Amino acid sequence: MGTALLTDPPAPGVNAQSNWERWRPKVLFLVRRLAALIALLFLLSVAVFALLYASPGSAADALLGGRPRTAAMLAAVNREFHLNDPLPLQYARWLTGALHFNFGISIRTGGPVLDLFKAQAPTTLFLVGYAVILAMISGVGLGFLAAYYRGTILDRLVVVFSVVGASSPAFATALLLIVVFGVAIPLFPVYGSGTGFLGDLYYLTLPAIALASTTMALVAKLTRAALIAAFDQDYVSFARARGIGTGRVILMYGFRNAIGPILTSVNLVVANLIFGVILVEVVFALPGLGSLFISSVTYHDLPVIQAFALLTGATIMVVNLIVDMLYVLFDPRVEFGRSAS
Amino acid sequence: MAIVILMALVALVGPLLVPNATQENLLVGVTPPGGGHLFGTDLLGRDILAMSIAGTRPALIGPLIIAIGALLIGNSVGLLAGYLGGLWDSILMRFVDLMYALPSVLVAMVLIGLLGGGYAISVAFLTAFFWPQDARIVRAATLEQRSRPYVEAARVLGIPRWRIMLRHVWPNLLPLVVANSFLNFAFALVSLSALSFLGLGVPPGDPDWGRMLSENRTEIFANAAASIVPALLIIILASSMNLIGDWLLERISLRGRAQ
Repeated sequence: MGTALLTDPPAPGVNAQSNWERWRPKVLFLVRRLAALIALLFLLSVAVFALLYASPGSAADALLGGRPRTAAMLAAVNREFHLNDPLPLQYARWLTGALHFNFGISIRTGGPVLDLFKAQAPTTLFLVGYAVILAMISGVGLGFLAAYYRGTILDRLVVVFSVVGASSPAFATALLLIVVFGVAIPLFPVYGSGTGFLGDLYYLTLPAIALASTTMALVAKLTRAALIAAFDQDYVSFARARGIGTGRVILMYGFRNAIGPILTSVNLVVANLIFGVILVEVVFALPGLGSLFISSVTYHDLPVIQAFALLTGATIMVVNLIVDMLYVLFDPRVEFGRSAS
Repeated sequence: MAIVILMALVALVGPLLVPNATQENLLVGVTPPGGGHLFGTDLLGRDILAMSIAGTRPALIGPLIIAIGALLIGNSVGLLAGYLGGLWDSILMRFVDLMYALPSVLVAMVLIGLLGGGYAISVAFLTAFFWPQDARIVRAATLEQRSRPYVEAARVLGIPRWRIMLRHVWPNLLPLVVANSFLNFAFALVSLSALSFLGLGVPPGDPDWGRMLSENRTEIFANAAASIVPALLIIILASSMNLIGDWLLERISLRGRAQ
């Protein structure tokens, strides 16, 4: 932040404290959050394991899926999955496997669950990465434009766009995109995936836009609100009065103070993306994790569903932890009492 | 606002207008708009306009139940936690935090997929996942109200706690609660139609916008309107609800500033 000016927002550690004194609450906070994360992960794993017994019929029925239910098959399934062992032992065995990314055998394909994930993951990761980049650039850009030109037609347009975007489920957006850019003006392919990086990029453009639209709307809305709130502060007026350049004011005072609310929404964005990617992959018939999830749910392919539940839950929890850590880094005002969410 | 009222009217009288919405006519098959059918027909020869009108009712009722259910449960829990404080607050709010951390629609998908689905079950599951957010908002607002002089005055007068909560504190939260319910409605509509789209919501054959989308998306070359109309209807209704909710919230915050 260069030279410390009188009207700057309070910077961390201006008072003369030893390093450890200054960082102790932060370290304690992170340790507590890590402990909570481990406890939650344990709860999650128990819940996911319990899915096996929550489904209608016996656990063996669930694992048999659509296969014929003969005595021999039942015995085989019982033996294979150790269903006659006491529950805690079964849980321990399952968890040990899961921690080594061994999620068992898919009922539908008969192959290891991990192989299915490996085959489908690249498409999904590419799609999500593409969408996140699109959503972030355009969302922050639009939000910034709206806040900067507040009250103008441009601002109104962005607001309307963000409401409509946030209200449109990804599958509806995807279908409209297909109709407009795939059928009416055939610019982009409407299903499948291409070959090579450029092919992927080309084939995944429409899906990525569909997936990004909700997130983009959300990011635009939040950026606008946060920037406007920041611009209303006295220190911004003072900074301007001191003759600090517009660009510097926006970056140092606007965005820096807007980071908090934007970080808070990461939670929502991640949930949105996971949900959206399933819908978009189904609409565009992409061979990704989302399609795998849906076909597993409709087929009652329990080991795959368990793997999904565990991985998704863990991902969301880890993201939440990272967000909390970023808070600590970016915002010196955060209190370290209870959760910072 | 006008859109919402119009759609509510359509939901009420729609079934009278189009009693045979789901009537199949396999001889007609999928046709583009025109020829007696304003938006054309789908693969089974069903009229898209009639299907859309018939689909308005489930599109409104489900989210309405979810929004009201979440309002009732969330408000009770939030009021109790916020007003009583202490141990109750800790227990209730830890539970709310746990529910809040779950990706609601995904969990609903897993459970519905495993336990069997249907419209009523989807609505029930979504209600279960929507109320924690309401509880959170109401608790925060209750905490803020609790320290106000009027609450103290009521307490000094010896008015029972439940009466203070319901008759004195809650009316002050009402605008916030109502605004939030509109936003809930919009999100519930989007979630429900997504479940239907994935085949986890309404059973096949029933008129529902999400279901229409999934059934007609393979026919976009033959009749694009069959997909566009339900997609636009979902977007328009959800947008209107979001706009009303946002507008109410803005009015509340403006009023707060004027005080």
